[in-house]
Amino acid sequence: MSQVPATHAPSLGELFAGFMQTSLSGFGGVLPWARRMLVEKRRWLTPEEFTDVLGLCQFLPGPNIVNVSVAVGARFHGARGALVAFAGLMSAPFVLVLALGALYTQYGHMPAVEALLRGISAAAAGLLVAMGLRMASSRQLRSLLALFAVITFVGIAVLRLPLIAVLLGVAPLSVAAAWWRRA
Amino acid sequence: MNDSALGQLALDFAVLSLLAVGGAISVLPEMHRSVVEIHGWMSATQFAELFALAQAAPGPNVLVVSLIGWQVAGLAGALVATAAMCVPSCVLTFAVAGMWRRFRDAPWRSAIQLGLAPVTVGLTLASAYLITRSADHSVMAFVITGLTALAVMTTRIHPLWLIGAAGLMGIAGLV
Repeated sequence: MSQVPATHAPSLGELFAGFMQTSLSGFGGVLPWARRMLVEKRRWLTPEEFTDVLGLCQFLPGPNIVNVSVAVGARFHGARGALVAFAGLMSAPFVLVLALGALYTQYGHMPAVEALLRGISAAAAGLLVAMGLRMASSRQLRSLLALFAVITFVGIAVLRLPLIAVLLGVAPLSVAAAWWRRA
Repeated sequence: MNDSALGQLALDFAVLSLLAVGGAISVLPEMHRSVVEIHGWMSATQFAELFALAQAAPGPNVLVVSLIGWQVAGLAGALVATAAMCVPSCVLTFAVAGMWRRFRDAPWRSAIQLGLAPVTVGLTLASAYLITRSADHSVMAFVITGLTALAVMTTRIHPLWLIGAAGLMGIAGLV
């Protein structure tokens, strides 16, 4: 590899700790915090390397930040690194969220808790609406490509078509349009 | 019965792992179809509540899958669903990561990335639409959803405050 090495190559323990800390500081998604940890605070990756990793992980299917942990872990320590980074990312939030799940199972049917849940469900839906609208206002979408966002939305939300059908129908056309536009 | 539910969870989420263009949020409608509509493991309202709990806790968005698994089959369900959602895409990432630099400047790569972006946006908006419909059963709930979205987009307020405020309004019997 000819690239400039990152400022600091993490040990397995540092990989675990770094991803755990990042995962616990992120509410409503961890990805925005990953750059701060990887590039600015711990200097495992240069900004260009981070952009590369992020590109890969947004390109591939699956939870983006989980893919980031695997790619970064693998970069420094192969399969072991990938496993350790993944475990660092997932273990603490997994325990926390299951604690909430246990409380939900135990108390979710009490009227006061149901009332509480009605409130936070409405707010959580709002967080998701904001996420969608933010993505929709991105510059890349101010073109014919926006049409494919609309078609995807209608197919999934309105017509309730299966995801695989919508993906197979829309994605090739959208990619072809993107290809044609850049040529 | 529990074993077949676990098997079904594993299969459904393993497929979704590889269809999750843009991340876990993109496949919420498909999860909803599976666990609410097809298998009847929970109501639409419960689905929205589990999503809200996942948002109220720190961590990756994919943890909503853990809660869905928990609701279906307890700890085993949570572990199976989470593993099924993560392992296929992680293996793919691991396999591709090493050769990725070679394709970095390939024209087809940027075309695919650019072309998938609107699909991801459409999927996220569809998820938002579905979760809103499942979560909101009163005018006040829709108002909270709208105000929360507005606050997130126009201010730098921490989302946890918004969730907390909405929870208090719920307890006060306003929602």
